[in-house]
Amino acid sequence: MRNVFLFIRRHFNFLFFLVLQIISLSFLFRFNKYHEAAFLSVSTEITGRVNERYNNIEYYFQLKKTNEALVQENLRLRQQLKENYEAPDSLRRLIRDTIRTDTGRSFLKYQIMEAKVVGNSVTSLANYLTIHRGFDQGVRPNMGVIGPQGIVGSVVNVSKNFATVQSMLHNQFRYVARLNHNKETGTILWDGQSPLYVTMKGIPKSVAVQKGDTVLTTQLSNLYPAGVMVGTVADIIPDASSNFYTLKIRTATNFATLEYAYVIDDLQYDEQKKLEDSTRKKIQ
Amino acid sequence: MSELLKNIIRFILFILVQVFILFKMPPLHRFVTPYLYFLYILWLPFSLSRTALTFVGFFYGLCLDYFTKTPGLHAAACTLIAYVRPFVIGLLISQEGADKNYIAPSFVSMGWAPYATYVIVLTLLHHTYLVLLEWMNFGNFVYFLGKVIASTAVSLLLILLTELLFFRKQKFRTNTI
Repeated sequence: MRNVFLFIRRHFNFLFFLVLQIISLSFLFRFNKYHEAAFLSVSTEITGRVNERYNNIEYYFQLKKTNEALVQENLRLRQQLKENYEAPDSLRRLIRDTIRTDTGRSFLKYQIMEAKVVGNSVTSLANYLTIHRGFDQGVRPNMGVIGPQGIVGSVVNVSKNFATVQSMLHNQFRYVARLNHNKETGTILWDGQSPLYVTMKGIPKSVAVQKGDTVLTTQLSNLYPAGVMVGTVADIIPDASSNFYTLKIRTATNFATLEYAYVIDDLQYDEQKKLEDSTRKKIQ
Repeated sequence: MSELLKNIIRFILFILVQVFILFKMPPLHRFVTPYLYFLYILWLPFSLSRTALTFVGFFYGLCLDYFTKTPGLHAAACTLIAYVRPFVIGLLISQEGADKNYIAPSFVSMGWAPYATYVIVLTLLHHTYLVLLEWMNFGNFVYFLGKVIASTAVSLLLILLTELLFFRKQKFRTNTI
């Protein structure tokens, strides 16, 4: 026993160094798997405050671009108003049923909450955003986040007033999206090369793909409403060894100038998940 | 200004500069990440004990990590260079006893060549370990090599600029031993 203590005293510095290394590595690898680490919600609150201060200043430099993005979004939404569509009087007329959007609150599937982006990074391999809306304001982990131009990412961590969003520019981001042109689905992921482009995999070579095709979200996942823009096909990379295309997608969202985002809450998800889970149990 | 206060101010400034200026800059290339924050550890006083030095390195890295949302990544690299620092200093200035006559490592206290060697060795070590940890999650070997070399070059340039812009006066103290 005495020798053990002597050993510890003799090599205290090295052992202390080893302990700190083990602590930091366990933080790192645990966080990569579950996105939770010691003191993270406390530190999110503190770094969120610092980021907010910085954003107060930086926001002025982005005002023009933010405004432009919001005008574009308004334009797109205005274009969808039913008054803009009028078919000539005939037997077949375009009628939009408004019950489900006006009075039927019980039909509401997606609730959308606005949030100010106060922290943002695009330069690392694992990029996160911080938004100024947290648990008290209704944000929970695994909610989808979209921007004025397209999808942004999903919430991974929530503190009282702030939330951390894993951006689409993260090496662990995966999302199944759809080509608007021929409804084929493929996986969106980021290869870490450029913050302007993501990669789409799993589109079979039997379908025709062209540069400029639109990639949209699907109703298959509960993260985002269907039909939100993901990006456009910028390049088709030929891969002779595979039956699938690798597509380079230009993201719709400009991550560097993002100032506002919308958090998507799927109100019907609990019911859907309960059913799916019970089905899985029944089969087993 | 006392040495402790100076180091606390440096601590905050280095983290803010790294997070809000260097990490916000549009990247030149995906291999180039301008790191400067670890210069804080290289500038810590000689008088700090090895245990304290290792702990300061860990704490400093962890503070930066909470800003970048990568808990443990920079902390591991900072702990390593803080632990190795006394060995490197011991190798480089064993003859002169400068660690007793001056407060902190600098061009003045160690001389140009030993100080440059000290900075290059620790920068390379820091970047290699940091990128190695990143690379284990992601990427290929070319990425690893390219990023270590390119980032080290950019970091050394930034350190040189910082040393020239913020020249640290070091008084020669006698009767300290």
